[in-house]
Amino acid sequence: MIPSSAVGTPLPPTSAVIERGRLRFFAEAIGETDPLYTDLETARAAGYEDLPVPPTFLFGLELDAPAPFAWLFDFGVDLRFILHGSQRFNYESLAFAGDELLLTPTISSVYEKRGGALEFVVVDTVVTRRSERIAMFTKTIVVRHPELEAAR
Amino acid sequence: MINLDVVTVGTELPTLTLAPISRTTLALFAGASGDHNPIHLDLDVAKSAGLDDVFAQGMLSMAYLGRLLTSWVPQERIRSFDVRFAAITPVHGAPTCTGRVTSIEIIDNERLATLELTVTLADGVVTLSGGAVIAID
Repeated sequence: MIPSSAVGTPLPPTSAVIERGRLRFFAEAIGETDPLYTDLETARAAGYEDLPVPPTFLFGLELDAPAPFAWLFDFGVDLRFILHGSQRFNYESLAFAGDELLLTPTISSVYEKRGGALEFVVVDTVVTRRSERIAMFTKTIVVRHPELEAAR
Repeated sequence: MINLDVVTVGTELPTLTLAPISRTTLALFAGASGDHNPIHLDLDVAKSAGLDDVFAQGMLSMAYLGRLLTSWVPQERIRSFDVRFAAITPVHGAPTCTGRVTSIEIIDNERLATLELTVTLADGVVTLSGGAVIAID
């Protein structure tokens, strides 16, 4: 079980440089056909300094780091039983290819439902570029305990 | 892109209909997004967790909703975007993304439209429900 004392715990930060090739790969994977997200000339003609980072891309930057869920594993969580419960993004400005971003996550809430059969961990991640905050995103991770579910 | 002058409560976004999700898409999205969780890729891992098959990453469907938004307004107008993952998306599920304006408010001299967003599969199952706040002038 994840102790409620985990609330407020900072998790390891991630630094990432946004690559054009990666953004094009992401666009392909999600079927994005708007050239604004893949073609530099189109992006510049729209007034952007480079290819823009699409709305949900920031989420994956932390997962790219080695063993991104080591902190959950350290709480004894079986990673096969985690689900993504909800996800929120608040945007202050766009990010672009070439940006170096710093992501700093903190555990903001821990709670359970169904007598502990479902545990919820909420993590807030602040995204900054050259110390300027550009976004914050919040993920809720659900940890299933099938053995407790079965016992109910 | 929409002419923002005509946005009112009840305005519907043009629906985005996706082809059935293939295993190739799951693999590409894992690599492109950075989410390497094998539960979406490796049948052996899915079975060891008591599942019959792998299932799609929730963030793939949220990315489709992101496409719905950015084909409607320039991305810098999106102030917030949130979803709840209500049901898993099976392999070969065909998501349809819809959105509708539910309210318009003026906050700090900015007109903000609140949208209701939904992803639904062909059998009617709602996989994602959420919302977004868009600056419309």
